[in-house]
Amino acid sequence: MMLTVLFFARVREQLDCASLELLWPATGFDLDALQEQLCVERGAAWREVLTQDNMIRAVNQVVVPGNCVLHDGDEIAFFPPVTGG
Amino acid sequence: MAAIAVSVQQADFDVAQLQTALLAGTHEEGAVATFTGYVRCANDQRRVYTLELEHYPGMTEGSITQIVQQATQRWPLLAATVVHRVGKLSVGDQVVWVGVASAHREAAFSACEFIMDYLKTRAPFWKKEVGPEGEHWVSARQHDSSRAARWQEDGAP
Repeated sequence: MMLTVLFFARVREQLDCASLELLWPATGFDLDALQEQLCVERGAAWREVLTQDNMIRAVNQVVVPGNCVLHDGDEIAFFPPVTGG
Repeated sequence: MAAIAVSVQQADFDVAQLQTALLAGTHEEGAVATFTGYVRCANDQRRVYTLELEHYPGMTEGSITQIVQQATQRWPLLAATVVHRVGKLSVGDQVVWVGVASAHREAAFSACEFIMDYLKTRAPFWKKEVGPEGEHWVSARQHDSSRAARWQEDGAP
């Protein structure tokens, strides 16, 4: 299945990456597994950023407080707490 | 059904034009409450020269629309508009405008404040300040979360 992963603001700068397209061979893949896969693939610097306190994760533009199953075509985003207004 | 308009844009906005556009022309509105947010010259005792606002295209517009819809379910509103700028802004620039029209002032005042409180804690925008010591991302404030949370307390309108 194909997944799009987006990073915003401080997270985007720390990773020096705005977006990724990931091809995942299996089904039954979840958000925690995706995060772990990115940490393993990309190394310690990514693990440090993605596991920092207050990291917000969204799937298909809805904030997911815990874990959730991912599906083909999902858009996943990692970002820090929001500061608009 | 209240008329809802949401815009996330780089361009500046004219508050008089937005307020006129909020009115339907039927003269049912007895009250319009508005809020305008500006770029301050200092934040947390740090001087600010410019502000860079980033957003999550699609999710930001969706979140604001959802917040405004919640307000229309809570109060008898006739119309509500939110305009939020993104990109590079300077001190004194307008950042955000919220306008709410209702038959009476209580609903207009409350809904306008509710929308701003939720927008600050739920809509995906991020501010980066640039000042004499360089640039840094603004941290989320506990105060903003507390203000948004009080709308969930029992007895709130």
